[in-house]
Amino acid sequence: MSNDDKKFDELSRRGFLKAGAGVVAAASAPAFFMKDAWAADFRNNPGRSKTVKFGFNVPQSGAYADEGADELRAYKLAVKHINGEGDGGMLNTMKPISLKGDGILGKKLEYVTGDTQTKSDAARASAKRMIEKDGVLMVTGGSSSGVAIAVQSLCQEMGIVFMTGLTHSNDTTGKDKRRYGFRHMFNAHMSGSALGPVLKKEYGTDRQAYHLTADYTWGWTQEESIKNTTEAMGWKTTATVRTPVGAGDFSQYITPVLNSGADVLILNHYGKDMINSLTQAVQFGLRDKNVNGKNFEIIVPLFSRLMAQGAGDAIKGILGSTNWNWSLTDAGTKAFVKSFGQEYGFPPSQAAHTCYVQALQYADACQRAGTFYPPEVIKQLEGHKFDGMGNGPTEYRAEDHQAFKDVLVVRGNENPSSQFDLLKVEQIVPRSQVEYDAKIFGGELGPYVV
Amino acid sequence: MDVFLLQLLNGLDKGAAYALIAFGLTLVFGTLGVVNFAHGALFMLGAFCAVTLQKILTISKKVKDESITFFDAYKETPYLEIWWGDTGAAIIDWVIPISIFLAIPIMLLIGLSMERGLIRHFYKRPHAEQILVTFGLAIVLQELIRAFFGANPIPVSAPEILSGSADIGYILGMGADYLTYPWWRIIYVLFSGAIILSVFAFLQFTTFGMVVRAGMHDRETVGLLGINVQRRFTIVFGMAAVVAGLAGAMYVPILPPDYHMGMDFLVLSFVVVVVGGMGSLGGAVAAGFLLGILQSFSSLNEIKNIIPGIDQIIIYLVAVVIILVRPRGLMGRKGVMED
Repeated sequence: MSNDDKKFDELSRRGFLKAGAGVVAAASAPAFFMKDAWAADFRNNPGRSKTVKFGFNVPQSGAYADEGADELRAYKLAVKHINGEGDGGMLNTMKPISLKGDGILGKKLEYVTGDTQTKSDAARASAKRMIEKDGVLMVTGGSSSGVAIAVQSLCQEMGIVFMTGLTHSNDTTGKDKRRYGFRHMFNAHMSGSALGPVLKKEYGTDRQAYHLTADYTWGWTQEESIKNTTEAMGWKTTATVRTPVGAGDFSQYITPVLNSGADVLILNHYGKDMINSLTQAVQFGLRDKNVNGKNFEIIVPLFSRLMAQGAGDAIKGILGSTNWNWSLTDAGTKAFVKSFGQEYGFPPSQAAHTCYVQALQYADACQRAGTFYPPEVIKQLEGHKFDGMGNGPTEYRAEDHQAFKDVLVVRGNENPSSQFDLLKVEQIVPRSQVEYDAKIFGGELGPYVV
Repeated sequence: MDVFLLQLLNGLDKGAAYALIAFGLTLVFGTLGVVNFAHGALFMLGAFCAVTLQKILTISKKVKDESITFFDAYKETPYLEIWWGDTGAAIIDWVIPISIFLAIPIMLLIGLSMERGLIRHFYKRPHAEQILVTFGLAIVLQELIRAFFGANPIPVSAPEILSGSADIGYILGMGADYLTYPWWRIIYVLFSGAIILSVFAFLQFTTFGMVVRAGMHDRETVGLLGINVQRRFTIVFGMAAVVAGLAGAMYVPILPPDYHMGMDFLVLSFVVVVVGGMGSLGGAVAAGFLLGILQSFSSLNEIKNIIPGIDQIIIYLVAVVIILVRPRGLMGRKGVMED
């Protein structure tokens, strides 16, 4: 072998190794430098901090304070579970899962709370304070669609993801949908689709319905959805009357129902309003009446165990729909109810459930994305399918950020087996029956980068 | 006809609450010349007398609920029921009527303390300062209630036997089931009438009342006769507090009380007082019932279809018209609020 050949050989071997290392280094350099390229570009980036913060914006006063208190309980439990404390709750059953029980991306989760007061302006002020002063990464909670839409719009402007709490208006993921907002709760349109066949079977096709409706976005869309459903099956609408939120005494709206010729009263009310209007409707003897040769019926399209508790005996036998109930027997529900019950001594409400799921799903999306950068987290949530969280297979539809899953038709339990057994699940309506085209409600999601 | 009668009854029932609160408010203004913004808080405190008594009567023994297997849950059985069985349960059932006997001394004590401790220092101060200090007091009282009882409404039921509806149509010979109205609301109207008549009678037919009425007309002359008008006015303040408290305690089955209920009624009551005439007892009662009835009729769909939202503004609309046309109110004394 000549010297030249030897040189070439040595060059070839060492050179190859050096060149290879150089190429790898050069190729990985952009990735190294770009890994956190967006890090400085988004609001409330935790950077090197060992903690991240969520903002729980719930009603702690006003007509929906009961729901707000239960939401907060669920959020505190979610924080515990995400940080690896307690029994883990639904972290043991949710699929798929990337969270490891050590916080999110290795950072411990903390939280701050705010009071929405069930008022849009107060809720926005509270969310703004949490974003600007407390530096929260995500805002979640609330028990009113008016509040949800207002806060969602603010979060879009500020580039902070908003995981809605209890909001049932079609508008939240319809005409007012936003890229930065996601809803796990079902909506009024889905309530109508789920309830329609059951109402037809129970009360027939010849009925006169009278609506009392909370005068804001949720009430309007629920009235519209239920009216469309009942009229399509042959019912007539006697009147639709708007009532102010937090009216307290609904008697002046109930007395005209008594001799109106209607044989069904549909209460598009929620929370304290529903408790008051239903209790007062029963006090006025509506359920004992016989009109048009039929028993007078009351329907509450959306209700929860908390409301059933407040309404007492008045709720017995009344049909409605709900997002989730603690009496379901799937593994996710059992895990959550056990965990929540051990912590607080009573089962969670649907408000608590939806908020708990929302917190866990956002945390898991960050973990999957490997970053807290909102556009990447949003992409992880859009179209994400999961299971094991109490509602069966669920999907955050990419087109409108509405979660699609089964819906429960429930009835106020006439023979409860325990003090908490207030709602009886009449039917689990499959996703296919309540699904609709995202285009029917219009709206634009808006940009990823704001 | 039935719609008319129902709305009329409903108006009377709403008006009864407005009249009772406004009655005390105007009594204080007429005697002491104080604009008491804490009067709504007295209504709320009365309601919480009933809540407190319910809490005391239902102090319970906790027993593990064996039907719950997921976690440790407890059932609560009131000691009264454990000790006295059906008698104990009946006492709990009749908590609202019983609470009246608790509310009278408590509200009297609160009223007297409020007047002696705070309000008397503001008699000679401008109305603006009186409003500020009494409004501040109202906020303190409602936040205290919030701290003790939380923000959520607390349901307290009427006695079982009175929780249904009365068949008024049948009683009036119009046929069964033609006109029904809840028993408790009818009782509230009657109760309100009885309280108002009692106070009127007290002021009209007793020496104490005569001195108070004389003092309302000419305080200085009554003072020159050697009569301590101030002491009597202090008692009148206590009476106004009792009337507001009883109105609140009896209202509990109609509207589950929360810490904010006083503020909700305060604004309406001021409108009632202004419409009726500041300082006029008869005016407050008449305006209370009148505005209650107007509010009830304006909630009819036929009227709301012509003027949307009228049910929300009717009371304020009437107040604006009255202030423009007759500033002293329907039955107010000449000169009051007219300068």
